[in-house]
Amino acid sequence: MTTTPIVEARAIHKHFGHLHVLKGVDLRVAEKELVFLIGPSGSGKSTLLRCLNRLEDPSSGSVMVDGIDMLDARTDINKARQRIGMVFQSFNLYPHMTALGNVALALRKVQGMGKAEAEARAGKALDRVHLGDRADHYPLQLSGGQQQRVAIARAIALEPRVMLFDEPTSALDPELVGGVLAVMRELREDGMTMVVVSHEMGFAKAAADRVVFMADGMIVEEGNPADFFDAPKHERTRNFIRQIERH
Amino acid sequence: MTGWDRFADSFFNARVMAQYLPKIIEGFWLTVVLALCIIAAGLALGLLLALLRAFGIRPLNWLIIFVVDLFRALPPLVIIVLLFFGLPNAGVELSGFVSAWLALTLVLMAFSEEIFWAGITSVPKGQWEAARSTGLGFVQTLTNVVLPQALRITIPPLTNRTIAITKGTALASVVAVPDILGAANAGVSFSFNPSPLTLGAIAYLVLFLPVVVLGRWIETRFAWKR
Repeated sequence: MTTTPIVEARAIHKHFGHLHVLKGVDLRVAEKELVFLIGPSGSGKSTLLRCLNRLEDPSSGSVMVDGIDMLDARTDINKARQRIGMVFQSFNLYPHMTALGNVALALRKVQGMGKAEAEARAGKALDRVHLGDRADHYPLQLSGGQQQRVAIARAIALEPRVMLFDEPTSALDPELVGGVLAVMRELREDGMTMVVVSHEMGFAKAAADRVVFMADGMIVEEGNPADFFDAPKHERTRNFIRQIERH
Repeated sequence: MTGWDRFADSFFNARVMAQYLPKIIEGFWLTVVLALCIIAAGLALGLLLALLRAFGIRPLNWLIIFVVDLFRALPPLVIIVLLFFGLPNAGVELSGFVSAWLALTLVLMAFSEEIFWAGITSVPKGQWEAARSTGLGFVQTLTNVVLPQALRITIPPLTNRTIAITKGTALASVVAVPDILGAANAGVSFSFNPSPLTLGAIAYLVLFLPVVVLGRWIETRFAWKR
């Protein structure tokens, strides 16, 4: 990876009270790279992801995204966050708005588009996740997989430079996972930079450029998927992979 | 005279009812105006306090909680009497109508603030995070994402509370306001017959039954689309 990184987190520490969740984590993500963050629960991978768009404030360290210092008090965080799309485990769609309304909200309120322009852009984003025909549906009228794809559309409509996925398929019934992963794969093929926290090892093997294994708030090991899964260097990594692949 | 005749003569005396009906109708409209003023001001102030509280400014929140707890703890009648009989000693003279309006407005403000606040805090954190992650600011998230959901949750308890407190307009009769109960009481005193009270009860039903039904309608109207 010789290109300048889009995401560069350095020496991130995060404390929750007495809990030391992140203990000096470095993460660089190059343009168009798909990085997979894996690790046992409580290893700090979600917290690290949330530090990248400052849903959590790191206790110390630095985060640069697309050349913007995310932790600088002078940075307009609302502006910076539009370059960073985020998809959540529980979708978090707004239940009082249609799929189209969900996608159009930030386009109107943050990017200042008129209603017609925002809805046209939102419609295109829904087309990209193959839900153009569900634009008028409310979240509760959609399946979990469809809701998650609307959530992806909500993020990509803002044309972010990087997308963060926080366990995007963990809340889904198994038969709905495929549709969401297919959309993520298409995003990747379109050249989107992505950081994914997930337990979908098949997807990691097939689509990831790099796998980062975290445990106890530190990065234990990282590498390309082939090396990582076939020849893990650390004992902890081997144990984790064995546990995951048992089912 | 049988027992039934005595009962009918006391509570359904047509002559007395006809005589005091105009006064009761005047009292009805006065009660309507008083109730509307209380609802408008009380709910607006309650929502304002809940929104201010959402900003999480510590000293301000302590003040809000103190005021809210104060007016939730005091009986409305005590507040009315304090305003009407107590304030003149401090050089402020309020009419009975204004005393009753202000007292019940403060009580509705206090209870509705708690209901609005409960509604705001019941919106999942993920809704805030999703909105903020797309670049919406705090106030934009509050008004576009959180508040519409919070208001939906608050409608049932809010209509209940509003009706309960608005019925407190009857307390205004204590400070000589000729509302429904005031007019009915006056009628009883002059005619030595309780029939005006029956009229008063009917007037309250005519006033509040539609409000109760309206509350039910609003609840179904704003349910999540499934």
